Amino acid sequence: MVQTHTNIKSAPEPVVDLQGITRRFGKRTVLDGIALRVGRGEIFGLLGPSGSGKTTLIKLITGIDKADEGEVVMLGEKMPKLSMLQRFGYMAQSDALYQELTAKENLLFFASLFGLSGARRKERIQAAMSVVDLLDHLNKPVAAYSGGMKRRLSLAISLLHEPELLILDEPTVGIDPVLRQSIWKELTALRDRGTTIILTTHVMDEADKCDRIGLIRDGRLHAVDSPQGLKDRSGADSIEEAFIVLGGGVRA
Amino acid sequence: MRTRALATRIISQFVRDKRTLALLFLAPLLVLTLMHFVFNGQQVKPDIGTVGIPAPMTDRIDPDGAHVTSYANREEAEQALRDGKLDAVFSLEGGKPSILLEGSDPSMNKAVMLVLQKSIQADMLTIQPAVSYLHGNEDLSSFDSFGPVLIGFFSFFFVFLLAGVAFLRERTTGTLERLLATPIRRSEVVAGYLLGFGLFTLLQASLIAWFSIDVLGLYMDGSIWLVLLMNLLLTLTALTLGTLLSSFAGSEFQIIQFIPLVIVPQVFFSGLFNLEAMDPWLQKLSYIMPLYYGADAMRGIMLRGEGFDDIETDVYVLLGFSVAFALLNVVALRKQRAI
Ligand SMILES: Nc1ncnc2c1ncn2[C@@H]1O[C@H](COP(=O)(O)OP(=O)(O)O)[C@@H](O)[C@H]1O
Ligand SMILES: [Mg+2]
Repeated sequence: MVQTHTNIKSAPEPVVDLQGITRRFGKRTVLDGIALRVGRGEIFGLLGPSGSGKTTLIKLITGIDKADEGEVVMLGEKMPKLSMLQRFGYMAQSDALYQELTAKENLLFFASLFGLSGARRKERIQAAMSVVDLLDHLNKPVAAYSGGMKRRLSLAISLLHEPELLILDEPTVGIDPVLRQSIWKELTALRDRGTTIILTTHVMDEADKCDRIGLIRDGRLHAVDSPQGLKDRSGADSIEEAFIVLGGGVRA
Repeated sequence: MRTRALATRIISQFVRDKRTLALLFLAPLLVLTLMHFVFNGQQVKPDIGTVGIPAPMTDRIDPDGAHVTSYANREEAEQALRDGKLDAVFSLEGGKPSILLEGSDPSMNKAVMLVLQKSIQADMLTIQPAVSYLHGNEDLSSFDSFGPVLIGFFSFFFVFLLAGVAFLRERTTGTLERLLATPIRRSEVVAGYLLGFGLFTLLQASLIAWFSIDVLGLYMDGSIWLVLLMNLLLTLTALTLGTLLSSFAGSEFQIIQFIPLVIVPQVFFSGLFNLEAMDPWLQKLSYIMPLYYGADAMRGIMLRGEGFDDIETDVYVLLGFSVAFALLNVVALRKQRAI
């Protein structure tokens, strides 16, 4: 078996620091001894097949859920902690939007929950919606949105309060290639301005765009490295091959 | 601030949802109107067949109280009874008056007995007592008597259902999780729901009370403000109970399953039915039923003109229920978010 490498790329103080995270549902261990550090200003991708535990890990990082063992430290604070919910932006795997309301009403609602009001709130709504290219559809009810538009609106909501950390669970699922590219461009731009981004994906070629990737399978983190580093280590040409080599071989 | 944002959102969602609005505001009015017509209609007027009754006696049967038809012999009369044309046969057997009742409808039996007894007793010399009423009057119908309970019940029932379903939907569509990934406190979530729904329940309570009293002419001897206060308290209890129980439901259908468990028993203990015949042990069950307190106060206010002092206990008990359920809601939300 391949050893787990925890490659700390940058910053002495990590944005997210996980130690010995174990999460069980009943008798099933869904996450098993995960250790991981995410540094400031990087795009970190959690790559793994569906059911590998990505969403569970994301929920532990956000503090929505609590680990059975181990410790989550975000921005120097032990999680879960209520005040920390103000410090990151979160996009859930499923679009949690109020269908009968317009996009604007959804945005107003979440902006208010993050303490935004008045002119500042208006300004942030405009800014977030222009990032995801939905400004023309601000007053449409969400029920009339396509799947991709809903995904983008969810992303816009996570950007509203300009968080220093973005946690995105499968942000590009159901989005067409052109838009996917433009979203990635935005994510890189955000990163360049200092935002740390943690995202999950099960699309291999998307992983290439991350600064570092963690390969997760069956609740274990099998390898953590830059895309090039993973390819070099496994002697593979693509992330997909690297995943098969490093991630414990072909699924039984 | 977050509470207000949540309340505002609930209100805008509600306003968009025309069907639910109609259910909340029109359905109670419809059912109350039906009840009004069923229980406020003309008095039942039995059909009585007489056989061989002397004319002076038949003449004394109150023509407003019954339709009287005279038959030549018993067989004919009994056949008419069997055919459903008559409710009773009144005859003389061996010089003594005898009554044969159709028997399947107790209220009809009573009506027949009342009319006939009056006509028989008129033979004897009796002193008619002077009748007066402490509460109500001789025109008080059964609708007047249980109308106050119905007002409370409808407020309770529809709000319970809607709040339960709304909160459940918030959970099953994932928006609750999304909501809890913001810095909102669990208590703010509960307060937001109370505030948002509270506005509609207040409107609903006022509408139901106004409609019953001014349109349907329900007997009203007390203060409308106390009626509204009680109705509001009842709906608050329904709201907090509905959202609390929705934490234990996985689907809309499971919310419906709570109706026979939570709502129907309350109806039995709400005063619609007289509990005095019930085992005293079972009667005590009414103390844990919010609707019992609401109905007790509503009746007191509307029928007996009771003031705040008289219903004080009911007010505090319902407030207590609401606060307790709301706190339990805050605790139950822990299931969704650890903090
Ligand atoms: N609340 C839960 N109760 C029981 N099992 C769960 C729960 N949440 C997730 N799981 C299980 O944990 C495993 C990992 O799920 P998840 O983290 O959603 O995977 P991914 O996001 O990588 O597709 C799955 O097998 C799933 O069935
Ligand atoms: Mg997932």
